[in-house]
Amino acid sequence: MQWETVIGLEVHVQLATKTKIFSGSSTAFGAEPNTQASAVDLALPGTLPVANEEAFRFATMFGLAVNAEIGKRSVFERKNYFYPDLPKGYQTTQLAEPIVGTGFIDLELEGGRTKRVRIHHAHLEEDAGKSLHEDFAGMSGIDLNRAGTPLIEVVTEPDMRSAEEAVAFAKKLHSIVTSLEICDGEMSQGSMRFDVNISVRPKGTEKLGTRTETKNLNSFKFMEEAIALEVERQIDVLEDGGKITQETRLYNGDTKKARSMRSKEDSNDYRYFPCPDLLPVILDDEYIETVRKQMPELPEAKRARFVEQYGLSSYDAGQITMDKFSAIFFEASTKISGEPKLTANWIMADLGAYLNRTEQRIDHSPVTPELLAGLVVRIKDGTLSSKIAKQVFEAIANGEGDADTIIETKGLKQVSDTGALEKIIDDIIAANTAQVEGYRAAAEDKRAKMLGFFVGQAMKASKGQANPQALNELLIKKLNG
Amino acid sequence: MHQFTIAELVKGLRNKDFSSTEVTQHYLERIARLDKTYNSYITVTPELALAQAKAADKRLADGNQPALCGVPIAHKDIFCTTGVRTSCGSKMLDNFIAPYNATIVDNYLDSGVVMLGKTNMDEFAMGSSNETSYYGPVKNPWAIDCVPGGSSGGSAAAVAAHLAPAATASDTGGSIRQPAALCGLTGIKPTYGRVSRWGMIAFASSLDQAGILSRTAEDAAILLNDMASYDTKDSTCVERDVPDYTADLNKPLNGLRIGVPKEYFGEGLNPQTAAHVESAIKVYESLGATIHSVSLPHTHLAVPAYYVIAPAECSANLSRFDGVRYGHRCENPKDLNDLYMRSRSEGFGAEVKRRILVGTYALSAGYYDAYYSKAQKIRRLIKQDFVDAFQSVDVILGPTSPSPAFQFGSKTKDPVAMYLEDIYTIATNLAGLPGLSIPCGLVDNKPVGLQLIGNFFAESQLLNAAHQFQQATNFHQQTAAGIE
Repeated sequence: MQWETVIGLEVHVQLATKTKIFSGSSTAFGAEPNTQASAVDLALPGTLPVANEEAFRFATMFGLAVNAEIGKRSVFERKNYFYPDLPKGYQTTQLAEPIVGTGFIDLELEGGRTKRVRIHHAHLEEDAGKSLHEDFAGMSGIDLNRAGTPLIEVVTEPDMRSAEEAVAFAKKLHSIVTSLEICDGEMSQGSMRFDVNISVRPKGTEKLGTRTETKNLNSFKFMEEAIALEVERQIDVLEDGGKITQETRLYNGDTKKARSMRSKEDSNDYRYFPCPDLLPVILDDEYIETVRKQMPELPEAKRARFVEQYGLSSYDAGQITMDKFSAIFFEASTKISGEPKLTANWIMADLGAYLNRTEQRIDHSPVTPELLAGLVVRIKDGTLSSKIAKQVFEAIANGEGDADTIIETKGLKQVSDTGALEKIIDDIIAANTAQVEGYRAAAEDKRAKMLGFFVGQAMKASKGQANPQALNELLIKKLNG
Repeated sequence: MHQFTIAELVKGLRNKDFSSTEVTQHYLERIARLDKTYNSYITVTPELALAQAKAADKRLADGNQPALCGVPIAHKDIFCTTGVRTSCGSKMLDNFIAPYNATIVDNYLDSGVVMLGKTNMDEFAMGSSNETSYYGPVKNPWAIDCVPGGSSGGSAAAVAAHLAPAATASDTGGSIRQPAALCGLTGIKPTYGRVSRWGMIAFASSLDQAGILSRTAEDAAILLNDMASYDTKDSTCVERDVPDYTADLNKPLNGLRIGVPKEYFGEGLNPQTAAHVESAIKVYESLGATIHSVSLPHTHLAVPAYYVIAPAECSANLSRFDGVRYGHRCENPKDLNDLYMRSRSEGFGAEVKRRILVGTYALSAGYYDAYYSKAQKIRRLIKQDFVDAFQSVDVILGPTSPSPAFQFGSKTKDPVAMYLEDIYTIATNLAGLPGLSIPCGLVDNKPVGLQLIGNFFAESQLLNAAHQFQQATNFHQQTAAGIE
């Protein structure tokens, strides 16, 4: 039987506000445990929440970016459950009246295919703290630094049909929130966490199958792997005549295995009710328009601009603008070198490969926009051949200095000087008389092919530094006698 | 010296008739000697009080004293106080010392008030008799075998026994006004949002409001001036200027329209209590007010709606007491569930547990619409009753509680009988309106309370009506027999 995969996502996006959603504590990552937890975050008795305006502004920006209706009245509710890293014994979140209503995101997929994924809604809520089960023999530690960090939870409709589409959505979402500068996008620090709802159904049928939810995936790679694994598992179960249990699952990216965490029967009754400590928040049209005007350029708009302003192809512009930091890098570097196409190529090819290999982000790249511009300039003016340029790039990445310094110290300058090239060519002609005679005897149309031998010899002799164009011209001149 | 009102203390301190240290020492000495009988304080803070009194005396001597400089009062043990235990009447918080002050505590520190100590109360303010306190019941100074009312019973008994000239209190369903009635005091619950709730341990957040227990309406007005403030730390606090509540005290009552709701004089009201309220109405007529019959048709639904909403909110508000970060933790928990179950079972008393269970049930899947949603609808109807009534009258008048102070244990077995103690006060909290109780007579030598309910933010008008009544009568000057 042919199966169709149906995927819906719930994404927790940590908002990059300076302070927490209901207290004045800092949201910075990586501080000593419990140093960013105030009386409010610790839920000491008598303390009260005050909503952070910046969180509303960021959520509004997000809503506008995904073509959604903004909840002009939004209400916080209490979601009640006991857990040690949930200090109040309830999470303050939104349910019936969220800040962001229905919207959509359009995806561009491989082969030029497009896909619209509908957003069901997105709501504001507070993050919980962390339970630390290692380092405390027989006990657990609680770190409340993260407790109260603002999140938007983005809930999609079950519109995605493959891991590819789900990952494309995730990447697009990442691109939107980082472009808006409402999230730092640091997935390894938990700034974006994906819960994936997966079901399968016989191809051509309408009725949704029973779904499972794989929680807390924090990389695109894990997401892709977890979806593949779960789809395979569900199909196996169904093809063996079994039934899918509605359950929450956890995927372990290290072992590449998933396990059931709890079934629906064990799920809590969260007893939601409107939080009496927080009044409904009313946003008027004027506020929404003010926010709209403050919004940074979105990836779509930036892509169009890059095509227009820099003459990039639509595909290249899309690649470069997918990540806010690539776009920043590109513009900074191009501004110095004046070479948009070459810069884009280097960012997508060598720099991209290098950053992937070394697991670094482009905004933390040791090859800075200035350093790349220095390299690009030397390629453009013919100082470097593209082959040598790759060597110089590696040296820059290794921290050996800028392009000019490396060219100087390693003597990698392309040889265009006619005298030097002449000497090399004369030596080759002298040492390969048989080939020279063959060349000279050959018909005009055969000669171009035979020239390759001499070019290769000359390049070898020049240690790759010969300027190919100059070399070609000179070789032809000499061989033709 | 303990006969003085707050107004007289302020004047005497400024005139240097006595020092704050003398007044404070006098009260501390009385508390040490007499409170064994009443149990009105959970914590007495003599060293802190004397240090504050000394500082106040210096400011008085320098002539740069704030409004209440050197006046001693007591705080209900629901208000957090830096460095001084705040128990909320519960074993759960027997070891809890807050690192912050409630906003009202700070407001009073700013105005130079001296804190004598923290007063006894029903556990987490849940009760109408002060019998649910972990620290034992409080005795009514008027009748030692009777309850002082609750939940602010400690504050009421302390003021009635002259162990404090006035005290702070809180009111979720009548917890200021009912003890005021049962102990012969003036008690005001301001409009919801008038006084900051920051640092006041929450029982039912949408109903809780801090207020004052004092001997006179004038004292209540003086003290409310410094208690009320707009506080950005409390989102439900209303941004509105605080007027001088003493400014209108002496306004004549000519033309004041007083509404008397017929629903407040039905079954369950002690006839002698009713008779005193009727006499009070006559006093108001003689002062120039006009009396109008009004109807609050949903009154009978107030207690049932309240006992869904308040427990629902409390069930969530009290979840933070889990033995993880502070407060009572059971010994040697086996695992997480054991930690939760035993810490909470041991830390909470029976009434608190009852309300957490009721609230949890009311919010549960399948019951939410039948209970919580319906109660919220009733709440809107009750508020509308008042809005309608205030179209034609300025103040609503009735009894504060159905009967005078009752004996210990007489209602503890029957929670519903206890809940009916607040039948006349609860609707005010549901509507968010200000309410006040003043003494209007004695039944069997026990005080009877007269309740005045005002429109939103009409505290000045209420205090004016109460003060004029007290200028025409002397019920507020009566003291329990046996008080030295």
